[in-house]
Amino acid sequence: MEAFLSSLVSVAFHGIAYGMILYVISVGLSVTMGLMGFVNLAHGAFAMAGGYILTSVISRFGLPFPLALALAFIVVAAASMLLERWLYSRLYDAGELEQVLFTIGLIFMAVAAAQVIFGMLQRPVLLPDYLKGQVPLFGRDFPAYRVFLICVSSAMIAALWFGVERTLWGAMVRAAVDNRAMAQSIGINTRRLFTLTFALGSGLAGLGGALGAEIIAIEPSYPFAHLPYFLIVVSVGGLGSLRGPFAAALLIGVSDTACKYWLPQFGAFFIYVATIVLLLWRPAGLFGKRL
Amino acid sequence: MTRSIGYDADPRVRIIEWVPWVAAIAAFFLLPEYLSLGARILTYILFALSLDLILGYAGIITLGHSAFFGIGAYVAGILSAKLGVTEPLLLLFAAACAAGMLGMATGAVILRTRGLTQLMLTLAIAALCLEIAHKATPITGGADGLSGVTIAPILGAFKFDMFGRTAYLWCLTLLFAGWWLTRKIIYSPFGATLAGIRENRVRMHAIGVPVYRRLLTAYAISAMIAGVAGALLAETNQFVGLNVLGFEPSGELMVMLILGGVGRLYGAFVGPLVYLIAQDFLAKQFPEYWYFGIGLMLVLVVLFARGGILGLVDGLVARWGKQR
Amino acid sequence: MSPALETRNLCKSFGALVVAQNISFRLEVGARHALIGPNGAGKTTFVNMLTGLLAPTSGQVLLGDEDITHLAQEARVKRGIGRTFQINTLFRDMSVLDNVALGVAERQGVAGRLWLAASGHRQLRKETLALLDTLGLADDAGKRVVDLPYGKQRLVEIAIALGLRPRVLLLDEPAAGVPSLESGMILRVLDRLPEEIAILIIEHDMDVVFRFARRITVLVDGQVLCEGSHAEITSDPRVRRVYLGEQHG
Repeated sequence: MEAFLSSLVSVAFHGIAYGMILYVISVGLSVTMGLMGFVNLAHGAFAMAGGYILTSVISRFGLPFPLALALAFIVVAAASMLLERWLYSRLYDAGELEQVLFTIGLIFMAVAAAQVIFGMLQRPVLLPDYLKGQVPLFGRDFPAYRVFLICVSSAMIAALWFGVERTLWGAMVRAAVDNRAMAQSIGINTRRLFTLTFALGSGLAGLGGALGAEIIAIEPSYPFAHLPYFLIVVSVGGLGSLRGPFAAALLIGVSDTACKYWLPQFGAFFIYVATIVLLLWRPAGLFGKRL
Repeated sequence: MTRSIGYDADPRVRIIEWVPWVAAIAAFFLLPEYLSLGARILTYILFALSLDLILGYAGIITLGHSAFFGIGAYVAGILSAKLGVTEPLLLLFAAACAAGMLGMATGAVILRTRGLTQLMLTLAIAALCLEIAHKATPITGGADGLSGVTIAPILGAFKFDMFGRTAYLWCLTLLFAGWWLTRKIIYSPFGATLAGIRENRVRMHAIGVPVYRRLLTAYAISAMIAGVAGALLAETNQFVGLNVLGFEPSGELMVMLILGGVGRLYGAFVGPLVYLIAQDFLAKQFPEYWYFGIGLMLVLVVLFARGGILGLVDGLVARWGKQR
Repeated sequence: MSPALETRNLCKSFGALVVAQNISFRLEVGARHALIGPNGAGKTTFVNMLTGLLAPTSGQVLLGDEDITHLAQEARVKRGIGRTFQINTLFRDMSVLDNVALGVAERQGVAGRLWLAASGHRQLRKETLALLDTLGLADDAGKRVVDLPYGKQRLVEIAIALGLRPRVLLLDEPAAGVPSLESGMILRVLDRLPEEIAILIIEHDMDVVFRFARRITVLVDGQVLCEGSHAEITSDPRVRRVYLGEQHG
């Protein structure tokens, strides 16, 4: 009994950590899909890029960990801004098929580039000493890095939710998600809003990829391998919403950890079945406004 | 622009439509060293035809078509390797039935949805199939794949030889059958309905078309054809690996189809041909650059040449015609 | 005699927004009935409930004697309801012939056939071409819809509905957006529509309404304001105030 409770806590803890990373990575996808109506399957590539940046600047330049995290966010955000201006924006009015194909092409390019530059192996994450080891909490020992991860993610999420609820930018995003034509007619510069939001979402993905590099390994097949989960978070959570994907991400994080721990021979089977059932029951997602 | 669908379209086979078959037979005699590549190309053309039916003609975007390809391959493989069924036609038939049933079951589910939800469901189903194949190691061989797939001689006489001659002709025959079937469907009133659904679904509802039923039928037929293609792969390779399932082969097939041109029947011929030949030559030398190039090509096609190779050809022909 | 189409206390609300309130309406057999009202009155919403595109919150829709309130769009079409859309809802890349033939084939039960070639159905083609001829579109049969002038596209919209051989025809602003040069075409077609079809036309153009309609219903804010003949409507002070404006009449 003692052992079972202990593993329950452990599964919950690791599941929450995983879920939070999934959320930090996927929330950008939810917002941009709800805002721009653009099916960006390449979102995982931004997360992967963040992970590569983190591991590279630490191992090559020996930069401190927090700085590396910040760099992951900034560089990915900046790069995505360029991509949005030059490429993505041409396809906003294109059909869904074109958007899907375009982003698949981007995934291919990202995966190949990663292979060429970094090779096929998983990137080792060199944690700073103060994040290694265990931390005693509530009479148990938890891995320090995971605790750090949960704290940082929570802070980012709180900042994001605050930003969307309280700032002018957030109000504009909410308006434009709700009704783009209307938002434009009241003077919101949707072009700039898109670029800014896209950059923020992608930057968050990069940060999430970097933060979570220990849980979701950084390797070239990253964008393909984890695309299903990112999309599940968004579609089950509901496009364009913030809370929905949060609930969905935590659900997936905990269920996936639980399944892999107690029923490893089934793998992700139950997650996919649950996704299918959930989407049939609520096609717009648990909290979604529209498809 | 000639449209091959509708009540004005001439269903008779034009001379130019015999070119692929003549070329395929010529290749058999002139390029004996490339017959295994040729068999692979023919298999993927059949697979691409099945996708074109549902994507190009009916307008359903799916990332999970590999599920039907994979189930066809595994059913044929398992029947052969585990249950000793080696009659090739029987294996194809079983694969078609299995894939068709999966198609009806999954189609019933996904065709009632639209947009991202539909896309996500196709992806989830594909991921689910991959996961099942991965974990059911005693049946499917898991990550190591299913080997020991043996095939009896076709019609009792033609053995699968190591030069790939039998395999090539077998694939060619099946492709011909699949092409003929697909072509019939496209030129039929049913095919016109599919085009109508793709063009304007709202209007189709308003003229009394049972849209869901028509799409389900098309989806099931498409799944069966994909299943046969998968079984062909199992038969000619005598092996089934996990790479027939999941998002990657679906994505790759899409690339092939877009490269050739969606919704034009022969795009499904041109695309895999160009892609697989290029892959054979280039990917061996520079695998990462190959992959990068494919991605780049896809991005460029979407931005500048939406009709694929055939679309470009159409454009050139039109311009040349104007200049005369 | 039972009407061709009838609604009883039809209501529709989206949450707190009420778009239809207790609309009780009769469309007689062979009617030439117009539905008018200011923008946002709920006219198109009403038609959408008649065709099954939208489900009412409460109330009934009856076709003849049959309650069709919960019947799907396709089933209603099979029972004889045809409609046109306010904005052209056509198969733009397909030919005029195909646009109409799709509906005709569906009606004839031929559209589901997988085997025989579409173009081999001669009877169907003849019927489609004959229909196009009555609308003056015979010469455009092979052209792509997107290549036609807007007025002719509106005619194709009507042709598609007629191809269904409806008992009830719902026309949503058939002349909308058509330049005045081409609207004469549409008016002539409306004049010549078969007598036995019950027709409900939504229109803003009063000239079209007064020329075409024998009965007029005025819809304001989702409710029927009044109903009657041309003379009755124009002399009703409520209508004048709400819709026609003080200076008209």
